[in-house]
Amino acid sequence: MSRTSGSPRVAVVASLGLASLLAATACSAPGTSTAEGGSGTAATSASGDMSCGTEDVTLSAYVETGFPLSAALFEEFTKQHPNVTFDVREDQFAVITQNAPRVLADNPPDLMRLPQVSELAADGLLYDLDAAAETFGWDEWPASQLEQMRVDDDGRRGNGPLYAMGLNFSMTGVFYNKELADQIGMTQPPATLAELDEVLQRAKDAGITPIAQFNGGATGGFAFPLQGLMASYGDPSEINAWTFQQPGARIDTPDNVKAAEHLQRWVENGYFADDVNSLDYSMMMSRFLEGKSLFMFNGDWESGNLDKQMPGKVGFFLVPPLEEGGQVGAMSAPLTYGISARAEHPECAAFFLDWVATDDQARTIAVEVGGSHPMGPADAFMPEVGEDTVTAQTLAAGATIGEANGSMEFIANATGAIYAKSWTPNLQKLVAGEQDGAGLLTAVQADYEREIGR
Amino acid sequence: MVQAPTTGTPGRRRAVEEPATSTEARRRAIRARRLRHGWVGLGLVVPAAAAYAMFVLRPLALTVQYSFYDWNGVTSSTWVGLGNYARLAENPEMLGSIVNALELIVYFSFVPVALGLLTAATIRKLAASRLALVSRTVLFLPQVIPLVAAGIMWTWLLASDGLVNQVLRAVGLGSVTRAWLGDTSTALPAVGVIGAWVALGLCMLLFLSGMTKIDPSLYEAARIDGAGPVREFFAVTLPSVRQEIGVAVTVTVISALAAFDIVYISTQGGPANSTLVPGLEIYYLGFFSRDVGQASALAVVFMLLVLAIVLPIQRLTREGD
Repeated sequence: MSRTSGSPRVAVVASLGLASLLAATACSAPGTSTAEGGSGTAATSASGDMSCGTEDVTLSAYVETGFPLSAALFEEFTKQHPNVTFDVREDQFAVITQNAPRVLADNPPDLMRLPQVSELAADGLLYDLDAAAETFGWDEWPASQLEQMRVDDDGRRGNGPLYAMGLNFSMTGVFYNKELADQIGMTQPPATLAELDEVLQRAKDAGITPIAQFNGGATGGFAFPLQGLMASYGDPSEINAWTFQQPGARIDTPDNVKAAEHLQRWVENGYFADDVNSLDYSMMMSRFLEGKSLFMFNGDWESGNLDKQMPGKVGFFLVPPLEEGGQVGAMSAPLTYGISARAEHPECAAFFLDWVATDDQARTIAVEVGGSHPMGPADAFMPEVGEDTVTAQTLAAGATIGEANGSMEFIANATGAIYAKSWTPNLQKLVAGEQDGAGLLTAVQADYEREIGR
Repeated sequence: MVQAPTTGTPGRRRAVEEPATSTEARRRAIRARRLRHGWVGLGLVVPAAAAYAMFVLRPLALTVQYSFYDWNGVTSSTWVGLGNYARLAENPEMLGSIVNALELIVYFSFVPVALGLLTAATIRKLAASRLALVSRTVLFLPQVIPLVAAGIMWTWLLASDGLVNQVLRAVGLGSVTRAWLGDTSTALPAVGVIGAWVALGLCMLLFLSGMTKIDPSLYEAARIDGAGPVREFFAVTLPSVRQEIGVAVTVTVISALAAFDIVYISTQGGPANSTLVPGLEIYYLGFFSRDVGQASALAVVFMLLVLAIVLPIQRLTREGD
């Protein structure tokens, strides 16, 4: 009997011993310095010839599934440069976000759809595009297009070397259903926030769901209206300073608190569908496409889709200012693509990124397939777009924002986890009545400091 | 004790039959044979043990090691000692996830075990009729469906215009309808319902097989003593399936504590962290915050907690033997 009771003890000791032995083989502190790894393939930044050459090249690309823009661009590029082919791997954006550092380090793609770049750049995982910017003259484009992708030595965005490029840049605002708008007598987009409030109330009184905004799961879509309101109440550049982690920047400023309280009033007045905390993005889209809600806070990446599914029936406007003609702003972000610091063909990939912004055919694809404004100089070629389309309206709104200098990075991109772990739960609490506008911003500010303070 | 002459190993017995030239030589021969047997045994164990060590023990040991570092998973790391554990103790979000997991035990374990006992006892009464077969199959079906599919299906059922609310409206309970997974007060119970629905089939099948082993004469005796169906259930059925209950409780408690798939699909921990469970929190810490050390610390603490809950359950059911 003593043997049977003894043997498990022996087994436990043996397995613990074995485990510690195995752990001991990896006993040095986990992780490696990527700086060392990078120098092994230092050829990446040395050669300087920013082209794809004439020999056969296969660019490896890691892109977001469900968005046809990259595939269309790859096809056109191969047509124009037959020596270049693409080896494409696709994943959902959430998967790309989670795996970005490991993929860039272990399985370096030449082109990759990137989440927020500051941590990746600070870890030395991304190819420095400054040389390419100089060669191709990207420096002469409107600076606001590229500043979100510049990261300084401290991992702060806004300044420093360029670590990524956009395939185009998106715009957010408010889409509305023209038929429902007619029903409540809204003949043109509201010019002030007060007018918007009034329209919302009229829709509610008419039994129409004013807004069905996604806010469920780990993606709090209420950040869209919140940031739009922030830009109406305050200065977009101050919001950017916070998102770019500039020293001393705060999100709980008096102006932003007013914006959050405005959002809280919308919740309390019942302007949102009552199940927003369980709505995901696709449910929001299907409700809007089925004509079940008047407004939707979303971005121009849906313009092409809306033009196809509800032709002529959708309008777009920017979140209106406090007073007519006042300050407007919008979240506007490049569709970010980067090159791994260890990529095999970084020059060719950089050449591709320049081609996307400068080739007429590529710019046409960026607008028609992507629905958003192409990157590049302000006076560059633009394809013709039908006047009645949402695409035309979002492109026009993009120009307005450009003139007003109101472009903002998404507040959810301030740090890697701030969206899922801070904005989302706090916005969900706001909807549930467990949090007020001021408390929301205080909580997010505290989480933000905890995260960047480390 | 191992050295006792009554070990009865083949080597020992043959050694006794051999002419004993000297006790020393005999002892040496015995040791040589034991060693030979030992090597064969070891050779058979090595492949499995190596795989186990590589894919279970090593990750386990590494998790413990990582929990002492501040590490983003890629670049170099910093030793922080017990810092991650200290932060764990003062973070309401991580502690809240543990509380949620404990609450899920009620739905994932107690409810299906109780319902499983009830349905199994009922089905046993139906004996081999077609109804018994159909209900057994129907109740076991959720066990076959992938958890992800179950999660998606239930998010539709529990949506504000889903079947659950449609039924409630049809019977005049329109006032209680809501987005069950989108309300901070009902989201966790709603997730629990999904888990209970999945686990019920397994519990029922376990109990049913346990009940078939019960000697029918026991029921006969109970009936002669004047026991009704309720008394019969508590006096005969329940004590006889004690072991199966132990297995069912252990398995379902672990599934409650380790819940990930159902929660991830149905609520992703929302709204407002009301359904955040440790599995999900570890995932967020590791992949969104890129804080591998903190994620590992939570994983280690949580593993100890699971052991602290499951081991007593094991002991309870074993003591009854």
